[in-house]
Amino acid sequence: MTATEMKTSETPRSGRRGAAQQMILAFASLIVLVIGFSLASPNFFQVSNIMAILQATSVNGVLAIGVTLIIITGGIDLSVGTLMTFCAVMTGVVLTWMGAPLLLGVITAIATGALAGLVSGSLVAKLKIPPFIATLGMMLIFRGLSLIVTGTRPIYFNDTPGFDLISRGSLVGSVFPAFPMPNGVLILFGIAAAAAWILNRTVLGRYTFALGSNEEAVRLSGVNADGWKIAIYALSGAIVGIAGLLIASRLNSAQPALGLGYELEAIAAVVIGGTSLAGGRGTILGTLIGALIMAVLTNGLRVLSVAPEWQTVVTGAIIIFAVYADQLRRRTTS
Amino acid sequence: MFTRRTLMGAVASMALAGTTPGAFAQDGQLYIPLISKGFQHQFWQAVKTGADQAAEEMDVRVTFEGPDNETQVDKQMDMLSAALANQPDAIGFAALDSQAAIPLLRQAQDAGIPVVAFDSGVESDIPVSLASTDNVAAAGLAADKMAELLGGSGQVAVVAHDQTSRTGIDRRDGFVDQIEAEYPDIEIVAVEYGGGDHLRSTEITKALLTAYPDLDGIFGTNEGSAIGVVNGVRETGADDITIIGYDSGKAQTDAIREGIMAGAITQNPVGIGYETVKAAVAAARGEEVEENVDTGFFWYDQSNIDDPEISAVLYD
Repeated sequence: MTATEMKTSETPRSGRRGAAQQMILAFASLIVLVIGFSLASPNFFQVSNIMAILQATSVNGVLAIGVTLIIITGGIDLSVGTLMTFCAVMTGVVLTWMGAPLLLGVITAIATGALAGLVSGSLVAKLKIPPFIATLGMMLIFRGLSLIVTGTRPIYFNDTPGFDLISRGSLVGSVFPAFPMPNGVLILFGIAAAAAWILNRTVLGRYTFALGSNEEAVRLSGVNADGWKIAIYALSGAIVGIAGLLIASRLNSAQPALGLGYELEAIAAVVIGGTSLAGGRGTILGTLIGALIMAVLTNGLRVLSVAPEWQTVVTGAIIIFAVYADQLRRRTTS
Repeated sequence: MFTRRTLMGAVASMALAGTTPGAFAQDGQLYIPLISKGFQHQFWQAVKTGADQAAEEMDVRVTFEGPDNETQVDKQMDMLSAALANQPDAIGFAALDSQAAIPLLRQAQDAGIPVVAFDSGVESDIPVSLASTDNVAAAGLAADKMAELLGGSGQVAVVAHDQTSRTGIDRRDGFVDQIEAEYPDIEIVAVEYGGGDHLRSTEITKALLTAYPDLDGIFGTNEGSAIGVVNGVRETGADDITIIGYDSGKAQTDAIREGIMAGAITQNPVGIGYETVKAAVAAARGEEVEENVDTGFFWYDQSNIDDPEISAVLYD
């Protein structure tokens, strides 16, 4: 038992150190971007625009945190975008169609996500389907289910007073009127803190890193590797469920066709934040910064009126640059 | 080592932020961002052309932006937020979801920024004007042409692009209602939805041709649907189907020139862009604006496709 502990706790520590360097690099880039955009346009660094950027980060940030957990185990999750939509749809079914109270809607979103994660995790761990394929399949299944359940029409939350406040309201703003940070952002930070705690302070977190750096070793040391892996997918699914809640609240509706492509943005945020796609290495703070970089970049380019075609080119270049910087660092340290 | 690389990142990011032309409006020039439903489709590019024309004539600065596809409601809201941050003089907005954007529109209203809706409306009285095609009347014209081509009797089907957006509903109802009201001998056997996707609309068309062997005509309610109908009819080799399309685009104009498509309704996308900017400029200057600006539509077929009046509003 002590041997296991040694092995599993050793890898995460070095893994975290590597990711931390990339994270500092990402953080420096974020600051530079913010300063650059602020100098380029007087309209960028305004409270309302900063709030808009944070609001834009909230959904992608929560999704990215969910994906980070999976990626650290050495897996990948392509289904987060459409699962998010499916969770939003199920919330709509419970709240609008069945008229349930708000709290039940929140529970539905999280439970739907966790259950879906349980299924994805079982496909990967028990049926040994490669995560890429398993979650690709799940991505299409959730997309289809969302369209079937809703009959392709959006579900609106007009009958649930307060639902839109989950994301749009501002508790912070009611205390500090000068800083009307949307609740969605508060929720993002809360989830980030919780996920970081789980990763760094709990057994589940330790196994998350261990599975990603050497799954065979975990297995050989007699740990129930499959069980832990499924648990991580379920946790990730629950987090995606919260993202579903946030986007539904923000749009005051569940949009069944939305969601494709959101998984790639989440993965991009994870990668920019220094989490290795090879697994075993990554931080939640890095992912948070990665998501912020993506949002600052898109918003800033828009405020500067850069043509939309060029905005996508620049975003792509940033992703490649981020991973290249990571490669450089790894080459020099090894 | 590490600091050097951090510096590298910093320089690269700065370079990115620095290579951005047109970041500042000239003093005194009105600034009007248009947030559309997309920018890649030829239709939206034509709207942009019209907006640019108006911008040049009226000496205002116009930007044009829209999400990658018509499902990304939240991305469109982020665009609207960024546009508002720039303190524009007026905003043009084509809503993907007519409810979701209302809080942001209210923010615009509070900031005293007039909003002109274009292409499709918003369930709110905030927009001062709506510049759009009268889709019901346009689809009604398609129904009249269909009846004329079929000699007043037969079976027709509709391949619509969707059942939620205003344009989808109006075009479907405009066509169906006109047929039911005016042409009792024409039967509408099916209304199917292909999301405006070429491939899905193709499959739907093939299924319709199998299900209704006596089908005489099909109406495709937007560019993607109409091209799908043409593909489906082509693939099955049916040669006695009267196809009527909507909008233009190279595939559709080619099909009309070849004769496989009888004709199509074209909106006036250039006019939509032009009228939106014109109304926005008027609103920004505090002038009266019309609540509804009909931007017009035309029927075109082999006989008039090259008329200057028509070819000006068709796009490839």
